[in-house]
Amino acid sequence: MSTKTESAAADRRVGDDLLVATDLQKHFPIRRGLLQRQVGAVQAVDGLTFSVRRGETLSLVGESGCGKTTTGRLLTRLIEPTGGKITLDGRDITHLSMGSMRPLRRDIQMIFQDPYSSLNPRHTVGTIVGAPFRLQNVKTEHGVKRAVQDLLELVGLNPEHYNRYPHEFSGGQRQRIGIARTLALRPKLIVADEPVSALDVSIQAQVVNLLEDLQNEFDLTYVMIAHDLSVVRHVSDRVAVMYLGKIMEVADRTALYERPMHPYTVALLSAVPIPDTARRENRERIRLQGDVPSPINPPSGCRFHTRCWKAQEVCKTKEPLLVDLAPGHQAACHFPENKDKVTTSPVG
Amino acid sequence: MTAPPEVTGSAADADPEAALQGMPKKAIQGRSLGQIAWLRLKRDKVAMAGAVVIVLLVLVAIAALLADRVFDVVHPNEFHQDLIDTENGTLAPKGALGGMSGAHPLGIEPVNGRDILARIFAGSWISLLIASLATLVSVAIGTTMGIIAGYFGGWVDTLISRAMDVFLAFPLLVFAMALVGVLPDNVFGLSPEMVRIGLLIFIIGFFNWPYIGRIVRGQTLSLREREFVDAARSLGARGPYILFRELLPNLFAPILVYATLLIPTNILFESALSFLGVGINAPTATWGGMLSDASRFYTMPHFMLWPGLAIFVTVLAFNLFGDGLRDALDPRAR
Repeated sequence: MSTKTESAAADRRVGDDLLVATDLQKHFPIRRGLLQRQVGAVQAVDGLTFSVRRGETLSLVGESGCGKTTTGRLLTRLIEPTGGKITLDGRDITHLSMGSMRPLRRDIQMIFQDPYSSLNPRHTVGTIVGAPFRLQNVKTEHGVKRAVQDLLELVGLNPEHYNRYPHEFSGGQRQRIGIARTLALRPKLIVADEPVSALDVSIQAQVVNLLEDLQNEFDLTYVMIAHDLSVVRHVSDRVAVMYLGKIMEVADRTALYERPMHPYTVALLSAVPIPDTARRENRERIRLQGDVPSPINPPSGCRFHTRCWKAQEVCKTKEPLLVDLAPGHQAACHFPENKDKVTTSPVG
Repeated sequence: MTAPPEVTGSAADADPEAALQGMPKKAIQGRSLGQIAWLRLKRDKVAMAGAVVIVLLVLVAIAALLADRVFDVVHPNEFHQDLIDTENGTLAPKGALGGMSGAHPLGIEPVNGRDILARIFAGSWISLLIASLATLVSVAIGTTMGIIAGYFGGWVDTLISRAMDVFLAFPLLVFAMALVGVLPDNVFGLSPEMVRIGLLIFIIGFFNWPYIGRIVRGQTLSLREREFVDAARSLGARGPYILFRELLPNLFAPILVYATLLIPTNILFESALSFLGVGINAPTATWGGMLSDASRFYTMPHFMLWPGLAIFVTVLAFNLFGDGLRDALDPRAR
């Protein structure tokens, strides 16, 4: 117990890279005609390079259609990458077969977005949460039932709900059941695909706090996929901003929220509602023009140049690379914002 | 794999609250969707009436099957020519209303004077047996094909879907007539009657599976995109586990409903085949065959009434029950 509380201290040990994605790509082919010829591809994820450090929470943010969910599904190998490389704990898992991947699935698990769709309506809670043990042939000390009940207790559910069906639970409770299932195999990495976006705002905080408590207790590493920037600010250690299948900016949470460098991040952050009316009037709201371009035929050069107010000729022709602009702060932009403010104190 | 029962017992003892109340703590038992559907079905009076009629019909069919051998009652194939009016040339039964009497409550047939009630009873087991076994064949093939097509998609789906189209476009009636004509009476040492029953089950069952197949395929297509399938895959589940443990339980409701609705269709189809003379051979009583016989006596329509009524009531009962079942299993689809 004492060791647990020690490791649960606020300054979690953030260590080496647990998961590394290098130039990760996923193109969904578009087939037309009688012969199903490939006429194009949706470039959902197009060259992501990032790493997830042991014990941290990395958030992937971006608007819908930017490839966040696809990235999550690539990391858990639910879909096959088109290109690039994924290493988990130093092991290349990019193109592992179903069979070779199976034992590794204990280490990398997923929390799903929609708690109404992620639980099989015909299975009892006991069956759902016990499925990982059965599927992975894990022997439990006191039987599967006991293990499931311990898990239910862990996520704040009544262990006597073992024989109940998902439809008897609320959205928040269902998400807890999903989390219990995720935790069953004691994974190292959890990819959480919008874990709270389907929930009531009042429930969101509970589930977010549960995820944080579990992270402290079991030394979990999270890849959190989200679009709610307030939630992201609350849970993340680092944040990666995605736009049209590319990473625009990666930075520590405070650095990103206080000194965003990429114009897209600046625009995103300016859209976060501020509850304080006095502060609201002082800030500059950036309204982006136009829609997100199609990922079938993304813009040349910088993918954001069609909507960027700082765009110049070079942005259309030359793609900016994701480079270190400050320690631990990477952005892919020819004309980054806040570059000179790095050393100054945080801007309110 | 489950915990031994003592564990729950000791847990109940350890719980002070339960001990305080002096009551054995019972584990909270959830109601499954099936149980909820059953509660809903029980409240549906029309569907329950249909169910009662179906149960009665099944009992009658079993009784008729046994009566043939065990009980000494009026035999469905026994002639009662003493009751036939041979003098005016119509060969109609003597007496009013087709010869209704205490001994023959629904009257007797013209010409031979066979008891109509006995023949209706005797025909019931053939109708129900063929219809339900043919449905079973359809469900088995349709579910397997539909789930495979829906889950695997791609060229497998194309192949199976086109096969379904071919089966649906097949001139079934012509095929049945041709097959009955070609097939010898004695195959595998079975009696001619059994061969015919088997043949009808095969024809009806084997050509009706695309109806079930299409429904199962459609349901599978939507189910396989649900996140619980991804959840199972991310836990390392293999294809068969996903198909049989995750998807199949969710397909049970639509399969049950369409099977219940397929039975009356099959009853009608069997009657039609018997009516056309390619069904069960005379003298074995079938409802379709009785209709066929009665059609020659159009001046005495009441002989058509009884087998027609039997088919009507049976089909109606199954349809009402099937509709009620659908409402009970999926109240949102109303």
